[in-house]
Amino acid sequence: MESNVLVVDDSAAIRKILQRVLRQTGMAINTIHEAGDGQEALVVLGAQKVDLVLSDINMPKMDGLQLLASMKASADWRQIPVVMITTEGGETKVSEAVKLGAAGYVRKPFTADQIKEKLAGILEAALPL
Amino acid sequence: MNLNEIIVKSLTESTLQVFSTMLGVEIARGESVVETSMPEANEGVVSFIGVAGSWAGTGSVSCSPAMACKICAAMLMCEAPAVNEEVLDTVAELTNMIIGSVKTELEQTLGPLGLSIPTVVYGRNFKTKSAGNTDWVVVRFQWDGEPLIVKLCLEPKEQAKHVMFHTSATESCALDV
Repeated sequence: MESNVLVVDDSAAIRKILQRVLRQTGMAINTIHEAGDGQEALVVLGAQKVDLVLSDINMPKMDGLQLLASMKASADWRQIPVVMITTEGGETKVSEAVKLGAAGYVRKPFTADQIKEKLAGILEAALPL
Repeated sequence: MNLNEIIVKSLTESTLQVFSTMLGVEIARGESVVETSMPEANEGVVSFIGVAGSWAGTGSVSCSPAMACKICAAMLMCEAPAVNEEVLDTVAELTNMIIGSVKTELEQTLGPLGLSIPTVVYGRNFKTKSAGNTDWVVVRFQWDGEPLIVKLCLEPKEQAKHVMFHTSATESCALDV
């Protein structure tokens, strides 16, 4: 079964790179939706079927942690796994994300293999049998 | 190793790693210096990102317009014939990744730090100056003969200065001021 992924990053460059990297992984991905911040992501989540969210932490308007908290507070979205992609290697924000319910995190800079390694199991578990 | 040496090492390793991982290229490291005088006039693309916490400052990446296009083309695997929004966005993200990695490294010594959203400037004959009085630690790189300059200035806030003053004799990382 193919999945739908939502990529959330204020950098159009990173969204473009993630589109390419996700296709390179060879994972069964149908559609890759994009959003420039947490607010836009919530709009996409309300309109599209999304199986996994890949989100930056540092973003204007609504950051990745606020997006994660909003999703976990929603009965409709709390089951969707969220993987944080961030330059924040420090404990503070990463542990905050894990505490809020993030399924995992990937540090920038990243390779296609690192993305695949992190997402493959999470995506498989998230899809209905 | 003093703080400036740690910053030089971290700027160098982070820049080489980001270019290698995200662009698939190995760039050459040039000299590293500490800029104590007024920075020279800039031309081209300059990206800034703020660092905040018990220590605060600014990280910066600057290069020529041609180099910025080349970075964009390699990172996004697309044509980038002139500086446009996509090129500026790519340089901003490059800065975010380089200074983000440096921030993570420095947190082991300086405690938790935060990063701002990057700002990019493109133009000619402009000067840049941090509102603080701190020197910039500068590391130069070259990619096919084109220069890329990565800088960081960082100074302790009052509370951190106080702590450093009382503990510098036993710290392995004192700031050279």
